[in-house]
Amino acid sequence: MAFYKKQFGLISAAVILILLVLFRYLGIIDDYYITIIDLVFINIILAVSLNLTIGFLGQLALGNAGFMAIGAYTSAILTTYLKLPPILLFPVAVLCSGVLAVLSSLIVGIPSLRLKGDYLAIITLGFGEIIKNIITGLKITGGARGYKGIMNYNTDFETNAYVNMIVLYLFAGLTVFVISNFTKSRHGRVIKSIRDNEIASEASGVNIMYYKLLGFSMSAFFAGVAGSLYAHHNGILAANKFDFNYSIEMVIMVVLGGMGNIKGSIAAAIFLTFLPQLLSSFSDKRMLFYSILLIIVMLVKNKNYPFLKIDFYKKRLLGR
Amino acid sequence: MLLEVNDIGITFGGLRAVMGFNMGVDKDEIVGLIGPNGAGKTTVFNLLTGVYTPTEGKIIFDQKDITGKKTNVINNLGIARTFQNIRLFKSMSVIDNVKVAYNQNMKYNELQGVFKFGLYKKEEAELHEKALNLLDVFGLKGEAEENAGNLPYGKQRKLEIARALGTGPKLLLLDEPAAGMNPSETAELMEIIRLVKDKFRVSILLIEHDMSLVMNICERLYVLDYGSLIASGPPEEIKNNQDVISAYLGE
Repeated sequence: MAFYKKQFGLISAAVILILLVLFRYLGIIDDYYITIIDLVFINIILAVSLNLTIGFLGQLALGNAGFMAIGAYTSAILTTYLKLPPILLFPVAVLCSGVLAVLSSLIVGIPSLRLKGDYLAIITLGFGEIIKNIITGLKITGGARGYKGIMNYNTDFETNAYVNMIVLYLFAGLTVFVISNFTKSRHGRVIKSIRDNEIASEASGVNIMYYKLLGFSMSAFFAGVAGSLYAHHNGILAANKFDFNYSIEMVIMVVLGGMGNIKGSIAAAIFLTFLPQLLSSFSDKRMLFYSILLIIVMLVKNKNYPFLKIDFYKKRLLGR
Repeated sequence: MLLEVNDIGITFGGLRAVMGFNMGVDKDEIVGLIGPNGAGKTTVFNLLTGVYTPTEGKIIFDQKDITGKKTNVINNLGIARTFQNIRLFKSMSVIDNVKVAYNQNMKYNELQGVFKFGLYKKEEAELHEKALNLLDVFGLKGEAEENAGNLPYGKQRKLEIARALGTGPKLLLLDEPAAGMNPSETAELMEIIRLVKDKFRVSILLIEHDMSLVMNICERLYVLDYGSLIASGPPEEIKNNQDVISAYLGE
């Protein structure tokens, strides 16, 4: 029992993996649901990593779709032009996507992380739009027509069986593992202290700029990786996908799940990915629906209803 | 001299908040900085800790020129402070507040933190021990896992001092540590300040309006009024200084 408690995360992750594989090969979940589940995993990566910037570091960054776009197009272009054995090509592409997203996050972050609150939000929002427009304007990215023929699971089944549900699951798991361990390390502690009180943190000998950049670029790295996975999952890319609305959607996942709450981000990512699919006839107005939902959540959250807490169910279901 | 302040001054637009200010703090000394409201006491603290850069003059700490250095660098060199309006990491636990202060002396890197190898286990275990011992000195060990924001006011003040000590300072700046405390809490605080000085071998420079505390524990006093020094010396002398009395009470 002690072992079970200590390794709760690892064990539940393994159980979910086994169930996924079982369901998939037994055909209990069909292709339609598999596509949605794939998207869930990508959104988990995005939400959990953005939570590091917004929830733990306390900086309202609205440009994550920009980093994701950089990752997606980097990976798409690399796998098209780079001649490497297939087994190497995909890992190299994913890594390069992350690294390029980090580099661009440093370029945006060094000047803009000196700003606070609304100003940082505006500058990162602008950055996301700039990236989108650059991609639309360039030839190598396919411009406004989009990028077609990216190697992916459906078209290159033999040469590249990489980005399927299981791989996405592993990447999502790795992201959750890295971010949650990071927030418990000394660096994570310092990052939380910056959120709580920047002046006191600096007076306690913390190099604010370094840790802000660290958190911000880690977020960007995983957004870039998510972009790369998205590209190889979809096979086609359209610059319009990575617009302001998508950035906001990620923020909504973070806010809905709770600032600095990784489990919450996961739950919100699952919920908000399934929701529009289930309400597909309603999907045009889903942003409207999100706003209403967010307001309701905000209202209910501060009320401290016991049935909103995990402990409430733990006691009843598990008897502890 | 541990701290030497030579003719510092700062101007905000047309306002000369502090001018031609000189002071010194020796090793193992408790020095008070007093003056009427708006005299520039907190501005002096902000100049010493690098929040503001002096427009004139020099600050020498431990034989190093720290004028214009950044706040975090000055802290690493050995000046820690508390704030007039308490600034804790409110949503973090009491022990984590102190652990943040110890961060600057820890060595394990980001990768070791994420994958929990190398120095991680050893350093985190040592850190936990050290942080608990420090909290114990301030009687906060029982509340180690409590949220810092939920502590009562007096304990929040103590935690702020504990956090400042966690950074391993040679000089501790306390900005109105007794503000908002009743006489018995103030008396307890006095004991704590003496204990801190002896146990951690730090020099202390404090701003305070509570004269019973100032007169009791400070070995020397500096008096500021309208941004300049009007008197300095041992408490007995300051008590009877005509300039000081007129600054506080008027002509």
